[in-house]
Amino acid sequence: MIVAMTDTIDASASVTRTARRTARRGDGESQPRSAVIDVRIDEGDPLLEFLRTAPGPLEIVALPAYSPAVARMREQGVRIVVPLVTSGELVGLVALGPRLSERTYSRTDRRLLDSLARYAAPALRLGQLMREQEAEARERERIEQELHVAQLIQQQFLPAELPELGGWHVAAFYRPARTVGGDFYDIIELADGRIMVVAGDVTDKGVPAALVMASTHALLRSTAAVSASPGATLRRVNDLLIPQIPLNMFVTCLVMVIDVETGRTQFANAGHNLPFVRRGDEVIRLEARGMPLGLMPGSRYDEIETVIEPGDIVLLYSDGITEQHDAAGEMFGFDRTRELVAGSASGDELVDRSVQALGAFAAGVEQEDDITLVTLHRGRTGGYQDTVSFTVPSEIGNEREIMDRVAAIVDDALPAIRLESLKTAVSETAMNAIEHGNHALPELDVAVTVRRSAEAVSVDIADYGRGRQHEAETPDLDLKLAGLQTPRGWGLFLVEQLADRVEEFADGDRHVVRLVMRTREGEAS
Amino acid sequence: MSLAFEVGRRGSAATIRLTGRIDRDAGTVLEQAYTAAIAGTPSAVELDFVDVEYINSTGIALIVSLLARARAQGLPIRAAGLTPHYRHIFEITRLSDFIEIVQPIA
Repeated sequence: MIVAMTDTIDASASVTRTARRTARRGDGESQPRSAVIDVRIDEGDPLLEFLRTAPGPLEIVALPAYSPAVARMREQGVRIVVPLVTSGELVGLVALGPRLSERTYSRTDRRLLDSLARYAAPALRLGQLMREQEAEARERERIEQELHVAQLIQQQFLPAELPELGGWHVAAFYRPARTVGGDFYDIIELADGRIMVVAGDVTDKGVPAALVMASTHALLRSTAAVSASPGATLRRVNDLLIPQIPLNMFVTCLVMVIDVETGRTQFANAGHNLPFVRRGDEVIRLEARGMPLGLMPGSRYDEIETVIEPGDIVLLYSDGITEQHDAAGEMFGFDRTRELVAGSASGDELVDRSVQALGAFAAGVEQEDDITLVTLHRGRTGGYQDTVSFTVPSEIGNEREIMDRVAAIVDDALPAIRLESLKTAVSETAMNAIEHGNHALPELDVAVTVRRSAEAVSVDIADYGRGRQHEAETPDLDLKLAGLQTPRGWGLFLVEQLADRVEEFADGDRHVVRLVMRTREGEAS
Repeated sequence: MSLAFEVGRRGSAATIRLTGRIDRDAGTVLEQAYTAAIAGTPSAVELDFVDVEYINSTGIALIVSLLARARAQGLPIRAAGLTPHYRHIFEITRLSDFIEIVQPIA
């Protein structure tokens, strides 16, 4: 209410004459003809309710004398108050001092004031609303702009493609919160052939978090080039980060170094969520102690060694999953996360089920923080994976050739109906690559890579475009039949519906769409 | 030509037996087929997909246009001979809400 009254002061100023001026009249021509009357009415002042239901211009003596605002106005020589009321809401008031002629206000004056108030009140309300909306829109735009920048910074540092690790399957999922937290993950191939898996989370959100994430990521990468020890890596990154990190921020980070041949793994942890490992019917947690990065100079980190056995699934996850609340205010928590690990037969399935479970849990609630999931699944059979690649010129109709060739490569890996689904998804994606990505220029080729593993078939379709042509709207048959949507626009819809998973990423100057189908039908979601 | 058709009659309904692919090149043929089918003022039009080997998103769009036209004329459309895959596609696009799916003609 006080805010609304701020407008009242402005509004009244332009139509106010004060008694003080009368007294000064003889002082010279430069004297103001009007001055601002303080008509501030505090919340809780009974005058508010009185004015809201008042019938029109009121003598100051007719107002409740116990109101502090009335007392103030009296002191300032106010004679008449005209409430500006519209739709039952008091949006301002006009306060007038004595007439310049020093006569009392006439009936005509009052009528005039009354109709002025009638016209002015809705106009003033409209002006107030527009000003509020403009201010809100400016603020929203500023926030959106900042979020966009934060997202750009962050996505720059997430791996565009997960490496092929002999016999291991890596799956990752990252979804930023609207406010963009500071999650990151990376998989770094070390000089000795082992891999370093990193997952981290910067406290705080938005651009500041994204910037700290970027420098932490750079420090991790450069340190990994000279040290293959997770504990030493964290110690060094901490010492380098301390001088540059803002006081109120820190970074949690988990580092694992894995020999993919033997499964031998060293890991160290700087306050990040401890990874779960599914081993047979058991779920264990890899424990290691250490302070988050950027808090204390000289922090040391436990380095623990373990072996990831064939068939094991490791889950790295950010607190965006465990600390997400549901509509009733309950947290998702570690127990639910552990159950998901226990119930998943593959890394892909664990990612899919986690995303689904979290979505169902937090239905109707905004995602509070970034969500990052990385699974490492060590295959039982070693490095079994077939890869076949081919290219096709971008000529219209060649999507069928791509479809037929992919089908020939994977036809014994999928049940018939799922093979048909993949074929349609491939042909639609290939058509998009030919027509939109490569503008049907035959000298540009579409590159196709088909991978088969025991778990899944994946098909990468790469063009030179800048991303899929996203249809503006979800196709809706009712709207189409009513002529409110074009009959077209089914391509991406079919792809999304028919493939188990669709990923998009950049690979050099290529844009890649990856379609994934799990080989075991029972695991289809 | 990617698509061919043959118009027939089954009771009071017209049948259109389609052979080939329903994709970007099929527009004119579908148009001709439909025009030929409604010439005898049938009570319904039955599309027979048993010899259709391929339908893509453009083909779905053509079927949507045909359906819109038939609905404007108050003419029911039926579909016969769809494989399980294309029946699935008719379901996810909700075409099956507007087109009765019937068993293939023996």
